[in-house]
Amino acid sequence: MTRPGPAAEGLMISPIKNGTVIDHITSGEALNVLKIIGITGTTTESVSVATNVSSNKTGKKDIVKIANRELCKEEMDRIALIAPRVSINIIREFKVYAKRGVERPEFLLGVVRCPNPGCITNAHEPISSRFEVLPHGLHCMYCDWLITNDITGHMI
Amino acid sequence: MKHIISIRDLDRPFIDDLINHANHIASQHFNANSLSDKILALLFFEPSTRTRMSFEAAMARLGGTSISVGSIEASSIAKGETLADTIRVVSGYADAIVLRHPKEGAARLASEFASVPVINAGDGAGQHPSQTLLDLYTIQQSLPLDGIDVGMIGDLRYGRTAHSLAYALSLYRCRIHVISPKGLELPSALIGELRDRGTEVIEHEFVEDIIRELDVLYVTRIQRERFPDSASYFDVSSSYKITTELLENVRSHLIVLHPLPRVDEIEPAVDALPYARYFDQSKNGVPVRMAMLQEVLK
Ligand SMILES: [Zn+2]
Repeated sequence: MTRPGPAAEGLMISPIKNGTVIDHITSGEALNVLKIIGITGTTTESVSVATNVSSNKTGKKDIVKIANRELCKEEMDRIALIAPRVSINIIREFKVYAKRGVERPEFLLGVVRCPNPGCITNAHEPISSRFEVLPHGLHCMYCDWLITNDITGHMI
Repeated sequence: MKHIISIRDLDRPFIDDLINHANHIASQHFNANSLSDKILALLFFEPSTRTRMSFEAAMARLGGTSISVGSIEASSIAKGETLADTIRVVSGYADAIVLRHPKEGAARLASEFASVPVINAGDGAGQHPSQTLLDLYTIQQSLPLDGIDVGMIGDLRYGRTAHSLAYALSLYRCRIHVISPKGLELPSALIGELRDRGTEVIEHEFVEDIIRELDVLYVTRIQRERFPDSASYFDVSSSYKITTELLENVRSHLIVLHPLPRVDEIEPAVDALPYARYFDQSKNGVPVRMAMLQEVLK
């Protein structure tokens, strides 16, 4: 069996006229990426997803294409939390209009809910959650809780 | 403006200075009127008589005045006022605030809304820096802090004093030995963090295996409510009990500490041995808190 080339990939996902292509997503994280940018079963965007595509760079990867929507910087940085090697292409008229890498933000303000029920950020107080992004997870700056897995599940 | 919220915010020079300062105070080198124009607000949202008395005593020794809420039930807090608002209001009455609160991170929040320094006197299962500072202070009265072997025994999962002390000891390149019942181990995230910071953390099943190689034994309470029934609690707690027999042939300079109150983790007969330092430790709360108050109010 031969490695599927670009032609095979082309069969799985067709090109889009305008929108965003999120490439080099950590294999298996495509659906979480959709969740992060708020795409659910009820949204109207035309979305194509390919998972476990062979890639020279990472072995296996996922790809997501969203028609008629350009991601903003904040959405891109959130994606970086679960797929740090992602590359994002903004497509206009079938051409790559802009190509962007992502950076893991240093702090997350109001992005993630602290899983600790005893944390003051879950009480009725005029503050948002604040997490420090560490190499091995997210650190709550109020209660010191460390989120090491299922970051998407904790997003607000 | 200096707050004292978490041991994690303090670096070694700060802690060393504070300990030196407390040593001076303990040898009567302090001005008994140095805080005579200052007012300290004690905001205790849950009872902790000793911590509160210890701060009040510290403030009184320096000539200062303490004010506090009579009862939480009768105050605006019971009417649903946020902690943020309470702190903003109390900031207008006092020169510093000592806060005890059931929610973790409450003291951090308070420091963001206060216009005066905040000292954390325990927030939920979170931080309690004055306890850790007085633990370190007590150790250095007998031993240099650097590179010693410290054993921690008991409930290391929920025992916050053990967490902050372990973290602080990592500043002094100590070796940490942990001995705890199944399910009450030091959280793995914390062990990982200590190891990342270059601290050796060694887990032991039985205290007998390591007691003769320790310089400090830090005992914490195992709470009845962590167990499904009394039988399994008594079973576990009796096998973690510190007895005179266990302390035979230990290092002559070993010190045994306990944040108190104890139930029966330490046999009363141990109190008479030279190793027992838990009552000194508790007394040390006053000079350490005096040093903390002078630090934030200077
Ligand atoms: Zn938290």
